Amino acid sequence: MEKVKEVLKRFGNSKDNLIQVMLELQNISGTNSLPHEWVEFVAAELDMPLSRVYSVITFYAMFGTEPRGKYVVEVCKSAPCHVTGAGSLLSMLEKELKVKPGQTTEDGVFTLIQSSCFGACDISPAVKIGEKVYGNLTPQKLNEIVNSYREGRHNG
Amino acid sequence: MDKVLSARFGKIKPDSVEEYIAAGGYEGLKKTMSMEHVDAIEEIKKANLFGRGGAAYPTGIKWEQAYAIKKGPKYMVCNGDEGEPGTFKDRHILGEDPFELIEGMTIGAYIMGAKEGYIYIRGEYAAIQRIVGSAIANAEKAGYLGKNILGREGFDFTLKVVSGAGAYVCGENTALVESIEGKTGRPRQKPPYIKNCGLYQMPTILNNVETYSCIPWIIKDGGETFSKKGTEFSGGTKLMCLSGNVQNRGVYEIPFGMTLRELIYDLGGGVTNGRKLKFVHLGGQSGSCFPESLLDTKICYYDLKKAGISLGSGAVVVVDDSHCAVDYLKNSMEFFEEESCGKCTPCREGTYRLVQLVEKFTEGTATMEDFNKLKSLAQTMKTSSFCGLGQSAPVPLLTLVKYFEEEFLEHINGKCRTGVCHMTGKAGK
Amino acid sequence: MEMINVTIDGIAVEVPKDTTILEAAKKLNINIPTLCFMKGINEPGSCRVCVVEVEGWRGLHPACVTKVSEGLVVKTATSTVREARKNILELIMSNHNRECLSCDRNLKCELQTLCNENGIDRLPYGGKVDKGCLDTSGPIVRDPNKCVLCGRCVSVCSKMQDVGVIDFAYRGAHMTVTTAYEEGLAGQECINCGQCIKICPVGALSERDDTARVWKALENPELHVVVQTAPAVRVALGEEFGYAPGTNVEGKMVTALRRLGFDKIFDTNFSADLTIIEEGNELLNRIKNGGKLPLITSCSPGWIKFCEHNYHDFLENLSTCKSPQQMFGAVAKSYYPVKADVDPKKVFVVSVMPCTAKKYEADREEMQVDGLKDIDAVITTRELAKMIRQAGIRFAELEDGERDSILGTYSGAGTIFGNTGGVMEAALRTVADKLTGKSLDSIEYTAVRGLSGIREATVNIAGMDIKVAVANGTGNASKLLDKIRAGEAGYHFIEVMGCEGGCINGGGQPIIKDKSTTEEVKAARIKGLYDIDKACVTRKSHENPEIQKLYAEYLGEAGAHKAHKLLHTHYVAR
Repeated sequence: MEKVKEVLKRFGNSKDNLIQVMLELQNISGTNSLPHEWVEFVAAELDMPLSRVYSVITFYAMFGTEPRGKYVVEVCKSAPCHVTGAGSLLSMLEKELKVKPGQTTEDGVFTLIQSSCFGACDISPAVKIGEKVYGNLTPQKLNEIVNSYREGRHNG
Repeated sequence: MDKVLSARFGKIKPDSVEEYIAAGGYEGLKKTMSMEHVDAIEEIKKANLFGRGGAAYPTGIKWEQAYAIKKGPKYMVCNGDEGEPGTFKDRHILGEDPFELIEGMTIGAYIMGAKEGYIYIRGEYAAIQRIVGSAIANAEKAGYLGKNILGREGFDFTLKVVSGAGAYVCGENTALVESIEGKTGRPRQKPPYIKNCGLYQMPTILNNVETYSCIPWIIKDGGETFSKKGTEFSGGTKLMCLSGNVQNRGVYEIPFGMTLRELIYDLGGGVTNGRKLKFVHLGGQSGSCFPESLLDTKICYYDLKKAGISLGSGAVVVVDDSHCAVDYLKNSMEFFEEESCGKCTPCREGTYRLVQLVEKFTEGTATMEDFNKLKSLAQTMKTSSFCGLGQSAPVPLLTLVKYFEEEFLEHINGKCRTGVCHMTGKAGK
Repeated sequence: MEMINVTIDGIAVEVPKDTTILEAAKKLNINIPTLCFMKGINEPGSCRVCVVEVEGWRGLHPACVTKVSEGLVVKTATSTVREARKNILELIMSNHNRECLSCDRNLKCELQTLCNENGIDRLPYGGKVDKGCLDTSGPIVRDPNKCVLCGRCVSVCSKMQDVGVIDFAYRGAHMTVTTAYEEGLAGQECINCGQCIKICPVGALSERDDTARVWKALENPELHVVVQTAPAVRVALGEEFGYAPGTNVEGKMVTALRRLGFDKIFDTNFSADLTIIEEGNELLNRIKNGGKLPLITSCSPGWIKFCEHNYHDFLENLSTCKSPQQMFGAVAKSYYPVKADVDPKKVFVVSVMPCTAKKYEADREEMQVDGLKDIDAVITTRELAKMIRQAGIRFAELEDGERDSILGTYSGAGTIFGNTGGVMEAALRTVADKLTGKSLDSIEYTAVRGLSGIREATVNIAGMDIKVAVANGTGNASKLLDKIRAGEAGYHFIEVMGCEGGCINGGGQPIIKDKSTTEEVKAARIKGLYDIDKACVTRKSHENPEIQKLYAEYLGEAGAHKAHKLLHTHYVAR
């Protein structure tokens, strides 16, 4: 909990910064998600009902309440990507990773999600892995990228 | 064309105050500080600048109203949530020339007497948030933010970057304010409007990234000069985002008055793979979808309005004729279903049922009754939803139905002319 | 007052500034349907059922939260409005678990009425979003698949009660009202007050049904089944059978209970009197001996749990007295068996309560003596009405019945335990007599009566200023305790009831179908209790002859060994 305390302190132990605190906690969680006991701790420290905190973390798409893979692979499904072939990227990933959107691969490396636009429409179809955005993809190119992550060769 | 917004894109180190100043930055702020507040607002009014986030409210009027409010403290807030599919212009400003935004907000703060400002940037732009954060820190070091800005006693203004966490609805201004306060981004009842009662229940001046970024230029070179770059009804330039099935995708700064055809064909190089343009989805996901026949409309708030179209955020998604209008609609509706905040019935349940109804078309199980319900439900969402998200979510539906009704009817009969829809429900028909 | 002229459906009307369209329409007898709206409690303007047309304005606007302005022209039932309303109700109904015929709220459901009135005869959509499991972990039962997301319960829980165990979670069509991590309410800081049930427009919230256990006991020849009815039940039960709120139906209720097969019909009013003897004694002791003050009442189990969760520093201020319900059980299984010559193990005690938290209280570990639970089953006023209907008893036709001795006689003081300020007044009546050593005639302490959230008074008795305060609703209790914590107030004695208005507005009382009349209903029920009080032969607890007999023949002195063992308890910081 020392880590959580430190983050809370950095954000002034303020309710107003709940979202900022949670984003930071998720970043340092190592599970790409918000551990239950951390959330309870934050609620208690900020003197907020836990139900209210839960309301916030389930509202925003970026938060996970269950542990996720080391890399979250987001396939954009919004219109510009949709009309330039996002569907084939998703099919490839589902097949290669053997998971459906929302699921994590057996080895815990990838969590696949379909996301709304992340602003890479000029290089659609696009995929985001962690913070890194990959564009102008074809299933082949994406497969290569995913493999580089699996094998630790990526530079993202 | 002399560029207003994108002149420095890619030419300077984005977080370097020195390079920004060397490229003509901070002239606007200095000039503002030598002007009467009302004169500065007058300049913005003359500029004929309309809010670039999508609502197209005249910025000068907005600032004049906010200035007249006596209550305080006042807050400057920037909407950098840019969640609108097909929109990536703010990403360029924030990532390549954040100082024009920072300067714009500082000018606002000087006029309004605001001491604090927030730049709300979507969580998906984490790297860009760091650039903006660094730019703010550097501006503070150089005396362009913080206490006694540029040596002016009592001119204090601090800026903070606040991250979103993945919610399109936070682009709605009251939802954005809720989100800055650390809450779920569900819109507030209006009135009261945020200009009176916004962040922390205080008067709040909220504009889009692009809007703020026009301000330094307007003050520096004059509102009239800015206005003349555009048309009689729409001053200045606009960042347009070309995406979809078009050759040269990207952000283009264009003067108002250029036609959509010029943008798509002359700048954008036309449709990819030698296909034909089927329709354009303009202004973002909640904008209109219209065919080739309207492409000669000028990009100008007035002309577009006359044609029943809204410019929105400036997103131009080009869709070629290999795509099915109904399938495209399904994709659009899924977006709103995903992004509805859930607060009001028409949007929460309506977006869900629209997807369900449209799916009946793509599966080939729809009936005329479903078609009528689809249209009726869309109307109710438009008239009765709580906020702009629900009110405009049916726009692509209503426009696609208007221009491609035949395709919807074909789907009722189990046929998809593009072959995109599999018609599992009426196999063999 | 600034007046505003508006026209609604062609009729001109002048209304004060800040009036909503909904209120202005009501003045003209135009009923605009609403669902989420609860004035002062929940005004999100989110269900959109009340949308109307306003001339010159784009789109439709919610009448509930839109204020009138000069010259406004409103149309409340145009074809656009009717189509929107119909579409909206269809949307709500389509995602609602439509088990109407087997729903607790059948015929009292606001959604059912709205659909009926607005011609929802068939639904155009199939399928629903699954919103999670039925929560039967505690006395409050939640069915998220019946929830219409109006948010009333969320507002009541957080704003009125300051509890906040439920909130909206997720978004869009997946949005739901739930506890954190969708856990059962029983494991949460829920105080079981049941105010969420009362305000729910549909059957998404209800109480755990304990009638089956009561029926089973009644049918078991081995058991001696006795029943107690709380003060507030008699002035509300009638509403279930068509009587006006506040009508005293005690006589018919007694007959109905006898017909249902209870061996003895007793009264919680009796043990309320008993509580006063013990609590009055405790107050005087604490004042005289420098004990912890203020003394705070402990009759309301919702309040007790609230205090145990949120105000650990006040646990020692709580009266150690068990609540009247529990005191009744304790004597019904000790004193009564001795006198009636029955085996205490065979005595089955049923409580009829206006309260859902009483179900929780009865199951608390502390609430037993020598291995015997004080109370065996608790049913609410609503559940009793259900049993009466199931038994085919024509309530209105019943003759009035009489209570049984020796736990059935009560004073006016015991009666007013059912409303806010009543416990305080009852205690003052007894404390005043004890301190002055006289039987005083002036016994109405009007300063502590009323419906405001917090009331304070200083009462001079025998030359001593006793500072008292009354709080109703745990949200108001919070405010009061925060004031004390901050050192801004000091009292000798505080009465807290967990629900606003007191037990008469408890979570187990009949559902008020037109919830805009809630305040009037509360006032009528309270008046009903004061009317009984006025008509009572004895209006002071210590003058109740059965109480006097209980002490003389069994308990001895108030607070003494036997009384302490049976009638007092302790609390835990949670």
